[in-house]
Amino acid sequence: MSETNGQLNGHGGDQKATFRTKVGLAEMLKGGVIMDVVTPEQAIIAEQAGAAAVMALERVPSDIRKEGGVARMANLKLIQQIKEAVTIPVMAKCRIGHFVEAQVLQALEVDFIDESEVLTPADEHFHIDKYAFRVPFVCGCRDLGEALRRIGEGAAMIRTKGEAGSGNIVEAVRHLRAVHGAIRRIQAMPHEELMTEAKNLGAPYDLVVQVAKTGKLPVPNFSAGGVATPADAALMMQLGAEAVFVGSGIFKSTDPQQRAKAIVDATTFYDDPAKLVECSMELGDAMPGLDVRQMAESEMLSTRGW
Amino acid sequence: MITIGVLALQGDFEAHRNILEAQGVRVIKVRDAQSLQECDGLIIPGGESTVMSQLCERYGLWEPLQARLAAGMAAFGTCAGMILLAKGISGASRNFEQQTLGALDIDVARNAYGAQVDSFEADIEVPPVEAGESAEPLRAVFIRAPQIVRCGEAIEVLARHGDQPVVVRQGKLMASSFHPEISGDARLHQLWLKGVEKESGSEIG
Repeated sequence: MSETNGQLNGHGGDQKATFRTKVGLAEMLKGGVIMDVVTPEQAIIAEQAGAAAVMALERVPSDIRKEGGVARMANLKLIQQIKEAVTIPVMAKCRIGHFVEAQVLQALEVDFIDESEVLTPADEHFHIDKYAFRVPFVCGCRDLGEALRRIGEGAAMIRTKGEAGSGNIVEAVRHLRAVHGAIRRIQAMPHEELMTEAKNLGAPYDLVVQVAKTGKLPVPNFSAGGVATPADAALMMQLGAEAVFVGSGIFKSTDPQQRAKAIVDATTFYDDPAKLVECSMELGDAMPGLDVRQMAESEMLSTRGW
Repeated sequence: MITIGVLALQGDFEAHRNILEAQGVRVIKVRDAQSLQECDGLIIPGGESTVMSQLCERYGLWEPLQARLAAGMAAFGTCAGMILLAKGISGASRNFEQQTLGALDIDVARNAYGAQVDSFEADIEVPPVEAGESAEPLRAVFIRAPQIVRCGEAIEVLARHGDQPVVVRQGKLMASSFHPEISGDARLHQLWLKGVEKESGSEIG
């Protein structure tokens, strides 16, 4: 991957905001939990529980789903207050294709921008040119083609989408399995089949070739959308996610503090069932869940993205 | 063969594991006090220092870590790992009492180079692994990096960025404010392993 927008400064050879420094922050978040927060108080609870980063937004996905209307980038004052409240990285969401929201978030010096299907898309054909920014981007995907299109646009981290605000892990599992299944398939392909596969996936050919060779995405792959319990987080980690985003699952439960801690513990000890028992034992009720099979296609957030 | 533990609570511990395995040492993930006892040396990786210190405390690793370091266990910390090894920190979390292990006689300032948009790469002169070898500069990747703001008398500065110390050593303890594991350059790991090997008396590989 070329480093297209590194900036030179003072010392010889110093370069800011290279693709490697962007992916580097994603690397540092591995094995961690990124928590959606809507107030500085929630951000503090998240940091105290051991969150690796927080995602600042105005409404958690389950409220966006309930209340409807247009969901936009969060109030800037709120993001600023959240930045002041914690020392861990602060992420914020912008609408798909809304590069001016992204410019504003970059000027505010958030640590990561999520070009997110959870907000109402601003462009129904095109995503943001993420190479044009110094701040790293994370984008959602449902399959390998979508992941590689976003990486081709400059995303430094991918998260499988799941179905945000549903409290139902089924879509997260589907999307992560789809990505890994497709990777295994192209690894087994002879070289001459990769061009047609790139066409079928709708993905950049050079990235398809790279994935066929390495057997993994060129950037870290995290899981999002539907994590409500420690076991959900551990499930995604055992399926090969490198870290976990939790949206409504923490602050829509009856016990945010304990649940936040338990999900952090479960993400670290994802392969140790005895530890999972220990961290889940004292929990109250998880957020209420939705059956995604009862949802109309138009209610699904994960279908947004092109 | 010596055994190196990689603290695997959160962060880029897999990147360290890949580099160490290529050096022919046995590598184990450390998440509890029991696995810590098997290690001849410990890597504390990059990641979020607030997460690692809290999980250490929550899972009973903090005191065993301090005890082993006090008894002379070798350790190498990168970025967040350097923060954990340091004596003092500024810019610590205000939301809980963020402690450090205090083994390395330096003070550090968290996130002192600025926000993520200020994260950078730079060429750094590093000492050769074997005396007399010519040393190419190492491409160092600084991610929301901590700055070393005080070095005690026992501290040897191995590399600087401008005037700023960025790699330090104190006996078998080493730390860097950047991430050698990210650029995949194994020289700092090799340099540290040489010290571990000498002390433990066992051969690498």
